[in-house]
Amino acid sequence: MLDRITTLQDDTPILIADGLGKSYGRLRACRDISFKLYSGEVLAIVGESGSGKSTLLQLLSAQLAPNTGSVSYRMRDGSTRDLAAMGEAERRLLFRTDWGFVHQDPAMGLRMAVSAGANVGERLMAIGHNHYGKIRATATTWLERVEISADRIDDAPRTYSGGMRQRLQIARNLVTEPRLIFMDEPTGGLDVSVQARLLDMMRSPVGELGLSAIVVTHDLAVARLLSHRVMVMQGGRVIETGLTDQVLDDPREPYTQLLVSSILPA
Amino acid sequence: MNAPTYNFAYLDEQTKRMIRRAILKAIAIPGYQVPFASREMPMPYGWGTGGVQVTAAILGPDDRLKVIDQGSDDTTNAISIRKFFQKTAGVAVTTSTVNATVIQTRHRIHEAQLGAHQVLVYQVPIPEPLRFLEPRETETRRMHALAEYGLIHVKLYEDIARFGHIATAYAYPVKVNARYVMDPSPTPKFDNPKMDNCEALQLFGAGREKRIYAIPPYTTVQSLDFEDYPFEPYKHKACCALCNAADSYLDEIVTDDKGSRMFVCSDTDYCETRQAQGHRGSENASPFAESRHA
Ligand SMILES: Nc1ncnc2c1ncn2[C@@H]1O[C@H](COP(=O)(O)OP(=O)(O)O)[C@@H](O)[C@H]1O
Ligand SMILES: [Mg+2]
Ligand SMILES: [Zn+2]
Repeated sequence: MLDRITTLQDDTPILIADGLGKSYGRLRACRDISFKLYSGEVLAIVGESGSGKSTLLQLLSAQLAPNTGSVSYRMRDGSTRDLAAMGEAERRLLFRTDWGFVHQDPAMGLRMAVSAGANVGERLMAIGHNHYGKIRATATTWLERVEISADRIDDAPRTYSGGMRQRLQIARNLVTEPRLIFMDEPTGGLDVSVQARLLDMMRSPVGELGLSAIVVTHDLAVARLLSHRVMVMQGGRVIETGLTDQVLDDPREPYTQLLVSSILPA
Repeated sequence: MNAPTYNFAYLDEQTKRMIRRAILKAIAIPGYQVPFASREMPMPYGWGTGGVQVTAAILGPDDRLKVIDQGSDDTTNAISIRKFFQKTAGVAVTTSTVNATVIQTRHRIHEAQLGAHQVLVYQVPIPEPLRFLEPRETETRRMHALAEYGLIHVKLYEDIARFGHIATAYAYPVKVNARYVMDPSPTPKFDNPKMDNCEALQLFGAGREKRIYAIPPYTTVQSLDFEDYPFEPYKHKACCALCNAADSYLDEIVTDDKGSRMFVCSDTDYCETRQAQGHRGSENASPFAESRHA
């Protein structure tokens, strides 16, 4: 994956975080976080539980307003925009077309009582697709891409296994061919073998679509398999960042060393 | 209670003004649900307290009121609302659709075409068309504000996936004035085309949910659908057994304890008017057949 990033990466970042901070009362969940994400790049955010990873992901995806700092995003038209300065309508449109968000808990990201086909088709219908047959055909294609058999298209995710739900969530997000996808512990709560299959499957669309991704995980194996770059968080700060293999094979910070040697509880 | 102490049409003038302001706002923003301070009425929710408040606010001494429930003037609900306004407003009441100036309805739009001199008031139980898929009020309001209506099509998609066609037969969602998606209250979809470009003002009142919305005269009302599954108003294969109408909404009526049944107009005024004009259905060959309503 390291080869690809050098070729895909261009000079203009797709997402820029600048001095991001967020407090819950006196608790500083994120402090002064700045970084750039480039097109086609997969960034992993790692750190122990409570270190501020999910909060950061919500700040980056404009679901939470920061107390300090800003997030800018490069739109399809090439202009870079401050998310906080965008209108709500435009931000929401961005969220369900140009972005994806995969939750750890599929029930948060899916409509559990609605068929898989409608779950995948919803984003299309939201942007005005109005041909049932075509929506269903597109949904079928995406289900197959995430290795869900087409004959499950009319079943609700309630009847799916945990791994299938997570794959359905991914299909639901990718159907509009977003440019950036956020994932919060996408493999959390799944069996190891199911995780492996999911990760395998996630790698291919990321590659094929030239997708950029920010993946929050406490699992360093996930970071190693998926990401080009890693940011290590501790107590709301980014304490180390670098190319994934470098950070994981040769960590500089003592905290990262502990993480890598699995001494810290994930 | 003591009849002479009623204000005209029961509600005090202050309250009626408040409701009229909500109605005016609703007319100005077709299909938009305007919150209003719904009052306790001397009848239970579910008996059309929203419609009753709207009617009370628009009624004048010269109005002629008609009240229908499922097309009929003679259900308990219709009779009690009609009596309520007779008593509290002293207005003339009628069962004739063409003679009425204000028509309050539950579950139907009558067959006779509405005229510019008429107002149709709907009793609405659940005003929010997005409610069944999105229970959070904050979220549905935002969806309306931003015209994010993908969810409505999710519902229609589910219908087709499950039944092979859009099976929603009541409360079929519409888009009003090419902007707001609206629930036409539990009227059959058969009635949806009557709302479109209608000459009369249509007002909707939801008492328990405290919402009023409106379709001003001559407003487009489009039933939502898919290109390849277009909206189809339900069409009965039968004709009315009493008046032979082929174009009306029919109720199935069981006629004896052996399970015999026949189809008759749900709009009793329409059916009786046609019979009076000499139209005869299969179960009503004799010109002296007794009226269906004693
Ligand atoms: N909504 C909230 N209100 C108050 N405290 C919160 C809230 N969300 C998270 N926190 C706290 O902020 C810190 C960071 O949480 P979080 O971002 O969820 O960390 P992580 O995802 O790394 O486990 C934790 O101490 C957590 O308890
Ligand atoms: Mg978390
Ligand atoms: Zn008839």
